[in-house]
Order: sequence, then structure tokens, then C-alpha cells
Amino acid sequence: MSWKTLESTGWGRAHSASGDVARPERASQLKRLLAQAPVPAFGMRRSYGDAALTSDAPSLDMTRLDRVLSFDDTSGLVHVEAGLPIGDLGRMFAAKGWIPPVMPGTGFATIGGCIANDVHGKNHHVVGSFGQHVTEITLIQGDKTLVITPSDKGIFQATVGGMGQTGVIASAKMKMAPCKGDLMVLTERRIDNLDEFFVAFDDSTADYTVGWIDATAKGANLGRGVLEESEITSGVNPGSGKSKSVPFNAPHWALSAPIVRLFNEMYFRRVPATGRTSVKPITDPFFPLDAIHNWNRLYGKNGFNQFQCVVPLNATNCLRIMLERIAASGLASPLAVLKKMGAGRAGYMSFPMEGYTLAVDFPNRGSAEYLVRDLTDLAREAGGRIYFAKDGLAQAKQIAGMYPEQETWQQEVAKADPERAMETNLVRRLQLRGAPAAPKASKDQSETALSDTGLSNTGKGERA
Amino acid sequence: MSKSTQNETWIILGATSSMARAFARKAAARGATLLLCGRDLDDLRATASDCLARGAKTTEPCAFDARDVSSFGPIIERATREDGVINCAVFVGSMPTQDAIDAEPDLISGTVQDNYTGPATFLQMLAPELESRGSGTVVGVGSVAGDRGRIGNYVYGSAKAGFATYLSGLRNRLTRAGAHVVTVKPGFVDTAMTWDVEGMFLVAAPEKVATDIMNAVAKKKNVIYTPFFWRYIMLIIRHIPEFIFKKMSI
Repeated sequence: MSWKTLESTGWGRAHSASGDVARPERASQLKRLLAQAPVPAFGMRRSYGDAALTSDAPSLDMTRLDRVLSFDDTSGLVHVEAGLPIGDLGRMFAAKGWIPPVMPGTGFATIGGCIANDVHGKNHHVVGSFGQHVTEITLIQGDKTLVITPSDKGIFQATVGGMGQTGVIASAKMKMAPCKGDLMVLTERRIDNLDEFFVAFDDSTADYTVGWIDATAKGANLGRGVLEESEITSGVNPGSGKSKSVPFNAPHWALSAPIVRLFNEMYFRRVPATGRTSVKPITDPFFPLDAIHNWNRLYGKNGFNQFQCVVPLNATNCLRIMLERIAASGLASPLAVLKKMGAGRAGYMSFPMEGYTLAVDFPNRGSAEYLVRDLTDLAREAGGRIYFAKDGLAQAKQIAGMYPEQETWQQEVAKADPERAMETNLVRRLQLRGAPAAPKASKDQSETALSDTGLSNTGKGERA
Repeated sequence: MSKSTQNETWIILGATSSMARAFARKAAARGATLLLCGRDLDDLRATASDCLARGAKTTEPCAFDARDVSSFGPIIERATREDGVINCAVFVGSMPTQDAIDAEPDLISGTVQDNYTGPATFLQMLAPELESRGSGTVVGVGSVAGDRGRIGNYVYGSAKAGFATYLSGLRNRLTRAGAHVVTVKPGFVDTAMTWDVEGMFLVAAPEKVATDIMNAVAKKKNVIYTPFFWRYIMLIIRHIPEFIFKKMSI
């Protein structure tokens, strides 16, 4: 199995890493590679920051292990390899009457990534997180292969939402949900301000709800936006199969403040004041941005960062302060989302908690970095937390206490990977597994962490 | 992809390769019966389940080794039990580096078996069945490397050239019976074979190649380059005068 040195970026393209990558095409090759030396794995690299990046260390590209290994059409139980994009799974089975119960905002995310980040969807308040529907995970730890289920409490909860730290997820079984067809009825209506949003979320009875927020609006309009509610309906969508692509990096002014304000105004007014209802192919409301390949290029060559937090239901004032600061900064992009979450989560480090989640993209320029750190502090002070699948900027001290079960997770992970071979850039930056053991007299901490794990000198010699 | 209107069976040789997998998925979406042939049966089982989930009528992993003629007969017998149109797509091949062959010239015989004589023997055994049914398509995957012998990989290239000439003759023979042969010459494709090869450019995804092949089958094309621009790249390379070409290292 061969390796090559690749330069990769997170989806936001503001963070990058260079390291040797192998791309196994068969399950047996994956086992052989990991038996030589345990290394982290990644899928489609749709995490925005550095969750799927490892600098100066080998890692595995899982995208060629993307097959459905079995499917039971009476129970809806499906066994898939970890590299299968969840959108493919959705498209494959919707016409047969089954759908993944939880789908994140992009269909390009792999099943392995959905587990490792315990992702949520627009129906989180109804069905909970992705990991709650996973019934079995095949996990490879070096030369050992474990098959774990939710009854193996510690290791299972450390793996779901565990950012790959317990081993490489090779395959998983999950329960699909029955669905009537592959069309959705989408209802959109304008929401005039933040308080109205809170009421609208409480009143909504739809399975799928999400709010688009005009993060440039201020004063009386603060928190205005569009509430999207949808339900699956019967019918089969033939699908055009066509998609568009952003062919090159947009210039820096493409998402400058005046243009974003104008765009948001139009996006808000596009929905009639009385609201509207339409029928869409199932993928449209689920994966609105997937229709445009490489939309991340819209942010230009410097890329962008996304901030996503969840705060408790009573922290509405915190959200107001956040939106005020975002609007005042003039840095917001058109992509801002508000959603009410339920309590469902499956792992020690799972993001969801009952409350409101806010996600906003910021172009990687000016003071955006400081604004994101500011927002991170606000979330922590309100008893909330940030989402590691999105983060690329927080500092280790800023996330202290955000994840109450972090210590339990650390203990499980230390058992699963005592050599810290699975650490990624995100895990090192936030010291999620604790401070690096026995730091040496080196000026660069990340280098120290690397040599401590022995990662910097494994691989090459054993790889031939 | 639209469902085929009649029973359709695809024998896929070398079905563990990423190009073959992508092609098998296309055939599965048409509701075809798939015989997935190769050496790694565990891996073929995974692809078989996957293709079933993607719409194949039935799928079956079959043991096939290009260097073992005795593995051919059972596959052909299995295929003939199916009604309707029998097709065969050949993705088998191996590419030892030219350096490895220079060090160990014995590797030539295996390379020729994998890329040429093995698949040609299989197709020779299958041809009478296609003739008697008066239908079916053979897809033979060669390589642009077969268009001209180059210092970098002329043993592999010559085996692919032999296979291409064989396919041309087979097309000549099967056409009169109502069957067809498509010769496919891929350029650089993003597979395990090319993952760590330096100097790759304009690399195509296996899915793109599979789409091109399926379109070529539908349109009864004779020889396709995929992606299409390789036809023009190779046109130029074939026309470089030998007295210049012999001094080049491309």
C-alpha cells in the first residue's frame, strides 16, 4: 500500500496540513495499514476547521471504503463502510422507503465522520443525534479489531462524537427510518426579530425546522430571518443529477459587508410576507449548499471560519448579545443559522444539548478571528459549548468546562490509544486529551506533542 | 440511469479495482445481473452487497485469476444460465514499474498474462456464446500506454497494445453476429495504481470513466479515450517521428 504526501485543508480552507496519506480500497488493506502503525483517518474533510487534519504525520483517506455491506428491508438495519457519504445512502434508499434518520447539512459527510462528530440534523428536536441510531461500530485499534455496540458503554460513548480518538471506524450498522417518499413539503415564512424566532420554534410542530438568520440586521430587526419547516411526503423524485460548481476563488469583495447586506435583504424579501409552501426533492432542504460544488471558494483563497455554538434555552440574552456583536462587526456572511435543539446525544463529547444553536460563517480576514473567540467565551459563560466539527480558532483554555463528561472521555481514550497516535490538529490545539505528557524543551508545542507520540518517526520505515 | 428493458448480465473481470467498482455501480443502477470476478472474494462480497443495494437484480462474487485458465470455465457456465443479453467488461491488469521489470525480466510473463493473454483467453471462450445469442457487448479496458512504447513502461504498454489489437479483431468477428466490442483507453485515472505515481496530471475520477464507458456501450462506440481529450494527446504522441521520439522521455 502506497503513501503520498498531500497538502489538505478543512472545508473552510482557513486551516491546512501536510502529511503522508494512504487510501485503502479494501477492508483488508485498512487492517494491514493500521496493524503497521495506528494513524488517524479522515473522510470527505467536511469539518470546517482542523478536526480532520493531521500535520507532519500520516493519516488514512477512507473515501474508497464506501460500500453498503448489508441491508435488511424489513427492519431498515443497514451496514455500511465508514467512507460512504450519507447523501449517497439517502439517495440509494429513499425510493425504497427508507431514509437515514439524521442527516447533517451536507450529504458529502461520510458515515465515519457522522459518527465521530455525532452530527445532528434539522430534526434533532424529534429524533436526536446521529449516534443514537447507530447499533454497532467496527473499530480498528492498531492490530485489534473490536465490534462495539451501545451496551459497551464506555468505549461506545467515547467513540460516538469522539473525533476519531478511540480508533479508526471501519464500518457501522444503523437503523434507517421508514419514509413515505423522496419529496419534501417546505414551508417558509418571514420572522421579524429574535423574540419572534423563539416563539416560532416553540410553536412549530414540523419534523424538520431550521431558521436562516440575517446576521447583518440590527436594532428592531435584530435576529430577523426565515423559518423553514418541512415534512417528508410521498412521491418519487426522478432527479436531474445536475449540479453547479464554483470554478475559482471569488475575489475578496464578493462577500464584503455591503454585498452581504444587500443579499440578505433580498433573501429575506424573497419569501412573501404571507409565507409560502412548495414541494422539493428530498435533498434540497437537507443539503441546500450541495447543489453548488466547492461553494467554499466563494470566500476567496483565504477561506473562512464557521462559529457554531449551542446555549441553554434560558440563555436567550446571550444569543442577543452575540447577534449584536456579529452585526456590529460587519463581518457576517449570508450563511447564518439558528435552530432549537433537543437533548439527544450519544457520546461523552457529543455537541448537542437542549437549547438554541447558532452557526455563522465569517470570511478569514480582519478581526474575524477575535470575534469568533469572543463569541466562544460568551457561549461558555452562558453554559453552552462550541461544535468541534466547525471550530478552527478556539484556544484550549476557552473550552474548559464546556463538555462536562470530557474527563470520562479522556480516560476511555487513554485506554484505547495510550500512545496518542490518533491525535489530530484539533485535538492537539484544544488539548482535548489533556496537556501533552512530559513536554520537552522545545519552542514549538505541537512539535513536542508529535515527537512524544512517536508519530514523527513511525510509518516510513514500516511502510514498505 | 434508466433501467434496461431486457434481462442484462454483466461479467466484470477484475471487479476489485476502483474503475470496475464504479462501472459495476452503473450497471447495478440499470437493474443488471452482475458476476463480480476477481481473486479477493471477501472484497468481492462487499461489492456484491453494495451493488445489490444500488439496484442490481442479483449479484454474485466469482473466483477469477487471469493467470489460471481453469478459473474461466465456471464463470462462463454460470453466465450462460442467465437469459437475455450477456456482456463482459474486462478491467484486469497489472503494472509493475519498468524498474522492477528491468531488475527481474521474468515479471514480463505475468504482466502479459494479466493484461493480455488471460483476458483474451477468457473472451475467446466466451465469444461463441455471444455469437449464438446474437447480442452482447464486450468492454475491454486497455490504456493510452498501449498506443506507443515509451521508456517509462513499455512492457505494460506492449501488453495493452496486444490486447487492443486482439479487441479490434474480436470486434471484427463479433460484429457479423450482432455483438459488439468497445475498446476503452483511459488516460490517468485516480486509482490505487496511480496513487503514488509522480507526474500525474488531468487525473480523472473512476466514476467519470465508468460514465464514459456506459455511454460508449449505449452508443456502440468502437474505441474511446476517457476522458475524451486523451484522443488528441495520443494523436500527437503517435505522430511524433520515431527518430525524435526515440530520444524523448515522456
